[in-house]
Amino acid sequence: MSLDVSNLPSYRYGHHSLMWWGMMGLIAIEGTVFVMTVMAYFYLWSQAQSWPLSAAPPDLLWGTLNLLVLLASIYPNHWTKRVAEHGDERKMRIGLVVCGVFGLVLLAIRALEFTTLNVRWDTNAYGSVVWVLLGLHTVHLATDVYDTLALAALMFTGPQEGRRHVDVAENAMYWYFVVYSWIPIYAVLYWMPRLA
Amino acid sequence: MNPVLEKTWRDPPGVVGMLSSINHKTIALRYLITAFAFFVLAGLAAALMRLQLAKPENTLVGPDLYNQLFTMHGTTMMFLFAVPVLLAMGVYLVPLMVGARSIAFPRMNAFSYWVFLAGGVMLWVAFFFDAGADTGWFSYPPLAGPEHSPGKRVDFWAQMITFSELSALLVAIEIIATVFKMRAPGMTLSRMPLFVWAMLVTAFMVLFAMPAVMFASSALIMDRLVGTHFYNYAEGGDPVLWQHLFWFFGHPEVYLIFIPGLGFISAIIATFARRPIYGYPAMVLALIATAFLGFGLWVHHMFAAQLPELGKSFFTAASMLIALPTAIQIFCWIATLWTGRIELRTPLLYVLAFFFILVAGGLTGIVVASVPLDLQLHDTYFVVAHLHYVLIGGAVFPLFGAWFYWFPKFTGRMMNERLGKWQFWLFFVGFNVAFFPMHQLGMEGMPRRVYTYGEAMGWGTLNFVATVGAVTIALSMLLFVINVFTSYRRGVPAAENPWRAATLEWAVASPPPAYNFDRQPVVRSREPLWELKDEIAENVSGLAEKSREVLITTVVDAFPDHRLPFPKPTIWPFVSAMAVTALFIGSIFTPWAVLWGAIPLAIAVTLWFWPKAEETKENLALEKRP
Amino acid sequence: MKQDMFAAAGPHAERIVELWWVTFGICAVVFAAVLIAFLLALRKGMAGSAVAARPYVPVAAALAVSTVLLVVLMLLSFGTDRALAKLAGEDPLKIEIIAHRWWWEARYQDPDPARSFTTANELHIPVGRAIELTLKADDVIHSFWVPNLGGKRDLIPGRTATLRLQAEQAGTYRGQCAEFCGVQHAKMGLVVYASDDYESWAQAQRASAAEPKTDEQKRGRELFVTGTCAMCHAIQGTAAHGRRAPDLTHFASRKTLAAGAVPNTPGYLAGWIIDPHSIKPGVNMPAHATLSASDLQALVAYLGTLK
Repeated sequence: MSLDVSNLPSYRYGHHSLMWWGMMGLIAIEGTVFVMTVMAYFYLWSQAQSWPLSAAPPDLLWGTLNLLVLLASIYPNHWTKRVAEHGDERKMRIGLVVCGVFGLVLLAIRALEFTTLNVRWDTNAYGSVVWVLLGLHTVHLATDVYDTLALAALMFTGPQEGRRHVDVAENAMYWYFVVYSWIPIYAVLYWMPRLA
Repeated sequence: MNPVLEKTWRDPPGVVGMLSSINHKTIALRYLITAFAFFVLAGLAAALMRLQLAKPENTLVGPDLYNQLFTMHGTTMMFLFAVPVLLAMGVYLVPLMVGARSIAFPRMNAFSYWVFLAGGVMLWVAFFFDAGADTGWFSYPPLAGPEHSPGKRVDFWAQMITFSELSALLVAIEIIATVFKMRAPGMTLSRMPLFVWAMLVTAFMVLFAMPAVMFASSALIMDRLVGTHFYNYAEGGDPVLWQHLFWFFGHPEVYLIFIPGLGFISAIIATFARRPIYGYPAMVLALIATAFLGFGLWVHHMFAAQLPELGKSFFTAASMLIALPTAIQIFCWIATLWTGRIELRTPLLYVLAFFFILVAGGLTGIVVASVPLDLQLHDTYFVVAHLHYVLIGGAVFPLFGAWFYWFPKFTGRMMNERLGKWQFWLFFVGFNVAFFPMHQLGMEGMPRRVYTYGEAMGWGTLNFVATVGAVTIALSMLLFVINVFTSYRRGVPAAENPWRAATLEWAVASPPPAYNFDRQPVVRSREPLWELKDEIAENVSGLAEKSREVLITTVVDAFPDHRLPFPKPTIWPFVSAMAVTALFIGSIFTPWAVLWGAIPLAIAVTLWFWPKAEETKENLALEKRP
Repeated sequence: MKQDMFAAAGPHAERIVELWWVTFGICAVVFAAVLIAFLLALRKGMAGSAVAARPYVPVAAALAVSTVLLVVLMLLSFGTDRALAKLAGEDPLKIEIIAHRWWWEARYQDPDPARSFTTANELHIPVGRAIELTLKADDVIHSFWVPNLGGKRDLIPGRTATLRLQAEQAGTYRGQCAEFCGVQHAKMGLVVYASDDYESWAQAQRASAAEPKTDEQKRGRELFVTGTCAMCHAIQGTAAHGRRAPDLTHFASRKTLAAGAVPNTPGYLAGWIIDPHSIKPGVNMPAHATLSASDLQALVAYLGTLK
């Protein structure tokens, strides 16, 4: 007796795909690292007499601009995910390039953001945790930009397996993580010291 | 044996082939051998420690070397032996037990092994160059900070953490993806073997526990290398922050080690009691409950630090309550043995040692869960006794049982029963002689991590006895190694299912072919081989044989979902691992290594994932779009 | 000299030993029960054919009993916690302990500053009076532990902890640092003398250093104050005010040397001064191998007068 699976497709999207599970695993790990860092931020605050320690809170301009551009990038990201799920390679190419450009712009803004934190990583523990929190998010941002550009290059090099469309869709998931994780980090870095 | 499948799935030959292999069984065996080598190194460190402590005011080993030895012992056992070896048992067995041809993300699996190897080698090479870590496996700042530990010792330690945790995290993802998405059709979640549940729960724990120590150790390296102040109280940092982060990882870590052991016990008892484990749903829930509760105990390592009393009470309660899910498991195992037909072979002997040793260790755990008692016993030899009773009783004895049990599957040969029983008894007796006296030593005031003690303290006799026990353990390990070598060469050849067990790994040849299953089975029960009297009635057809097609199924009910082409052997995981190694080791010496090291790493990883034109063509031919 | 949680010499340690015995008793019974059940199961399983028994009731019962026992142990632990907290005691003797690598600085506090004094490594306390220790560390984490009197407490740089102890019996109790603090963690001991005669000891400690009588002793003092000794050590009433090492004002009144590592005898003292690393390799005190024999003798003689 046998169960014939030869009619099954060679790939599927979303949580059906192995790639999704891999991506979710990575997001769980990285999310936990962010949570640990934010907890360290609040813990050090709880031990301090005043906060921030001997420094003004980070200037709002670049961080907020970052937030706005990241939120705006949700649209091309979502679009790219949808066209990937429909298998339209031409549109995927456009989407990936647009997302890549967004990413490069964000990296430039992020570089400027580091210059207006008003504290150095080696000034005190507050400076250390601020730089590391921002630095961690930057690593994810940079990695995703690289991923996006690499996938874009791939999609320009001839007909690809349908599985690559799943990769493009999952890359979009990672981009969501980069965007959504920024919201609480931004709130912690820029607003908690101002509101408290 | 299916020659077409074998050709499709086998490892390529030669040195390049060895570096390119992505077969989960090959990689798992490498892990096992490497982890065992680290076990021996860590054990030798312990033997030296015990020889030094055998008599008061001994001069065999001076304080500096002793501090390196106990640090290397603890660090190696926890990071380079226990977690990798147990995850590796999962890497080998989980795909077979769920009826799959491979583990998920096989290239990442290969990468994780090389990263693990590199990290361990780095640490021990440093040790042999007198740069061995020396601030304890838990490495508390400020002692481990830049002011009090100059030089590179602590940096090698901290970066080894990065290597080994990266490796473990990746393996955890693979296990989760394999268990959820690659089970044979019909193997619903409630038909999964208890060992698979144990590995799944362990993998989830890894995901949420290890990031804490990676962050902590990276922050320590930064404090030491680039002047951050996470743990420097003079600039707003806090040494206690390290303790929270480390133990938030450190407590789940010991459950990470314990839970796979519980999986071994379920597998072995079922086989040798010739019946399924009693109370399957309770057993599964107990595993999950242990994992959850394990995250809520960490402050019990910090009872002597100045923390609010009410907070400590919560952790006492949690630390005691976690005994309950384990108790459920123990009672269900006893019920299984009681109502079974027992065959007392060597694997079962090891598992039975668990009942004596782990239960004792768990009870001493309840003792130290109490704050007042802990304030006397913390950082004394009582804790050394406790931790070895739970870790060795809960994980190492079951691991040796597991090795005897699955050795025929790994190698095609049976291990020698007689040598196995000798080894067991030597280990069991030696263990108790070594560690039982330590309870008394702790209560008589002997603190941990001391390279010597005065004659007048009166600790000499018990320490001598403990050393005799330690030597006995070493002898038992020697017997084990002899048994492995001689059985591998000349052991009785093993059939597919020499123990007449129930789970799917026993449905294939010993050792399994590269492709695991000729045809994937369709599963209709929890004990597929018992239910069907050793024959699989129904299997899967329609997967390509000339290319590596794998069946992906749904999460809960394991309905066939799609046929995924799996990657072929490739050297890029190895090359990427070397790039990561250069980055990690370089960044101990300069932060710029992170930037410069990222370039070769990015190139290697890109080439790893970039599809090859001919593979794309091949797959496009077989492709069916959804 | 004991360092033993069972030889409880004070109410804190006593409460803990009581809790220990009850906990141990319950755990021993549980251990025996589990072991017996398991051995019976083995026997049953090896003997007969598979029994189609229903283990549900025994398993559930075992679980229920385990839960009850755990709750009992928990409550006993909390009860002991509360009892210990209530032992605060009135009008405690206050001592500030500052842990260093690898010795203990003890500053006896008094509302009247003239009555405060500093010593090292050996504490004298009155019997029957509450002691309140304020615990600080200035380098790495240490842990203060005198098992005969009670549990331990960590001394963490940047933080202040409090530990309350009390001796009900006169005696000599040894303690030891219980948090790994580096190369000489093993030899960072301390001694607590509980006596009914505390006040006379304290009175002697409050006085400045004794005046040397003989020429040799005077030369010893001269060497001490003008040499490297005074850079780290203090002797009240002389020009030596170093703060980095133990206060030696009443050094000769101490029975041990090097934080409990060796007895305080002229022989050991001479050896320590010439080369501390032969006794405690890695300590911060440098060797003085170039001291001449007569200089060494003079120093030892002078230090011997500091009762």
